[in-house]
Amino acid sequence: MAEISASLPAFTPKSRAQRLREALRYYLPTVLVAFSVLVIWELAVRVLNIQQFLLPRPSAIFEAWFEEFQTFISGGGSILFQASGATLYSAIGGFLLGCGAGVFVALATARWTIISEAMMPFAIAANSVPIIAFAPVTNNWFGLTNPASKMAIVAVIVFFPTMINTVRGLTMVEPRQLELMQSYAARPWKILRALRIPNALPYILSALRVASALSVIGAVVAEFFGGPRATLGVYITQEAAGFNFARAWTGIIMASAIGISFYVVVLLVERWAMPWHVSFRKKS
Amino acid sequence: MAEQNAAQVILARNVNKIFNPGSDEQVIALQDINLTVKQGEFISLIGPSGCGKSTLLRLIADLITPTNGELKINDKTPHQARLDRDYGMVFQAATLYDWRTVIKNVQLPLEIMGYPAHVRKTRAQEMLDLVELGKFAKHYPWQLSGGMQQRVAIARALAFEPSLLLMDEPFGALDEFTRERMNMELLRIWTRTGITVIFVTHSIPEAVFLSSRVVVMTPRPGRITQVVDVDLPYPRVFETRELPRYFELITTVREHLREAHGG
Ligand SMILES: Nc1ncnc2c1ncn2[C@@H]1O[C@H](COP(=O)(O)OP(=O)(O)OP(=O)(O)O)[C@@H](O)[C@H]1O
Ligand SMILES: [Mg+2]
Repeated sequence: MAEISASLPAFTPKSRAQRLREALRYYLPTVLVAFSVLVIWELAVRVLNIQQFLLPRPSAIFEAWFEEFQTFISGGGSILFQASGATLYSAIGGFLLGCGAGVFVALATARWTIISEAMMPFAIAANSVPIIAFAPVTNNWFGLTNPASKMAIVAVIVFFPTMINTVRGLTMVEPRQLELMQSYAARPWKILRALRIPNALPYILSALRVASALSVIGAVVAEFFGGPRATLGVYITQEAAGFNFARAWTGIIMASAIGISFYVVVLLVERWAMPWHVSFRKKS
Repeated sequence: MAEQNAAQVILARNVNKIFNPGSDEQVIALQDINLTVKQGEFISLIGPSGCGKSTLLRLIADLITPTNGELKINDKTPHQARLDRDYGMVFQAATLYDWRTVIKNVQLPLEIMGYPAHVRKTRAQEMLDLVELGKFAKHYPWQLSGGMQQRVAIARALAFEPSLLLMDEPFGALDEFTRERMNMELLRIWTRTGITVIFVTHSIPEAVFLSSRVVVMTPRPGRITQVVDVDLPYPRVFETRELPRYFELITTVREHLREAHGG
């Protein structure tokens, strides 16, 4: 505290130019790395004369993407962007269903530690099963072109890590913090609200972060097993089969962009939901 | 309140506490504890590490149960007393909730006990002012020093105005100067509210300065060996520490502790 207040008189609001310079210094290395990777990639493909079905040039990928982008903004049905939308829809739908159910089941059984503890080994075992292998099965259940078939797979994939982490967060409470509640003669549901749930929040949000990445992967891979033409998984396989490798790569790029954006959104929610958490404490 | 009985806040008769009885790790934490505490007393528990001070406090708080013997809090079982929220406890570690601001931490017991929002707010702010942390209401616990966190824990224990305050080495983490200030603060609260205090400490001068009685304990097995009446005048002020009687009492307590150690 002393240090902070001692440095207070010297504090002056930063000018816009100053802030810009700081942001630049912060992001510049990342931008430089990305740029050099692209340049090396481009040069390597040209110099080593790499076949485009192995690895297309980034410039070719960008051209193909830009073409689609122009059709998209001119309103002339871009299949790439349509596919991205469809995959995003499956991913988010599955994410919400699966994570919602995971948190719900964990909370519902929190009152009965015995039940949630009995469930844990099964949940952990189920979590190690490659659930994506069930995609052909859900395709049969809901129909190949029904987005529900992809959502179901995504939901099952994210359900287990979310449930497991939530149960852990609800039960792994410091004994002393529990004793404090006991000393107030707090009822179980008040302990749940005032102690167990806040304690579980970091566990839940880190599960959601993992789930956000898993859900996009799950949706795209589930689409590899078949689905409507306008989904990223189908788009990538079909373009690759038709030797349009630059176009196939635009699909991969879009899938990555969706995955990263989704992850960042969850990260922002995390910051907003627990500003008190260790990982977000200001260093200065 | 039935006057003749209400006066007796704690009654312990032949209380024993044995951890893991019958196993290799059996520990006789407390043996033959006899103690009565009257309303408004300030009792210090002093003794070497492991002599069962925390255990005795936790028995009174009904966080653990005696192996045998009779224990009554306000003429009730400890369990009933806990349900009636008869006591506030300050643990050996501050035990604040990381996700709550300082003032929200102080409000916690009031929330659990269902006080209305406006009462919670004003009461918590009062308590924070009392421990001189009014300006830190919006801070998070990790932004405070260990001593400040401990003061928040004290404010929290006082927030719902319990008639009995159990304190387990509350000032252990404080420097000498702050400690003396907090001692004065605690005495002021004690005089003003008429609360009964059970206070665990390792400091002989602190025990003598604060208490109406000092309970000297010994380890293995944990027992009460002496109870020293502190006949220093009230109010206890800065000058109390310069009275010859103050030094005499310190020596008395120290000798009892040494005897107990077999030295
Ligand atoms: N939960 C427990 N299980 C087993 N033994 C315990 C438990 N709690 C305390 N003990 C034992 O009881 C004895 C008394 O412990 P206690 O914590 O009451 O000591 P203390 O006087 O508070 O010591 P300190 O001054 O170090 O805090 C110790 O020997 C300890 O090992
Ligand atoms: Mg102790």
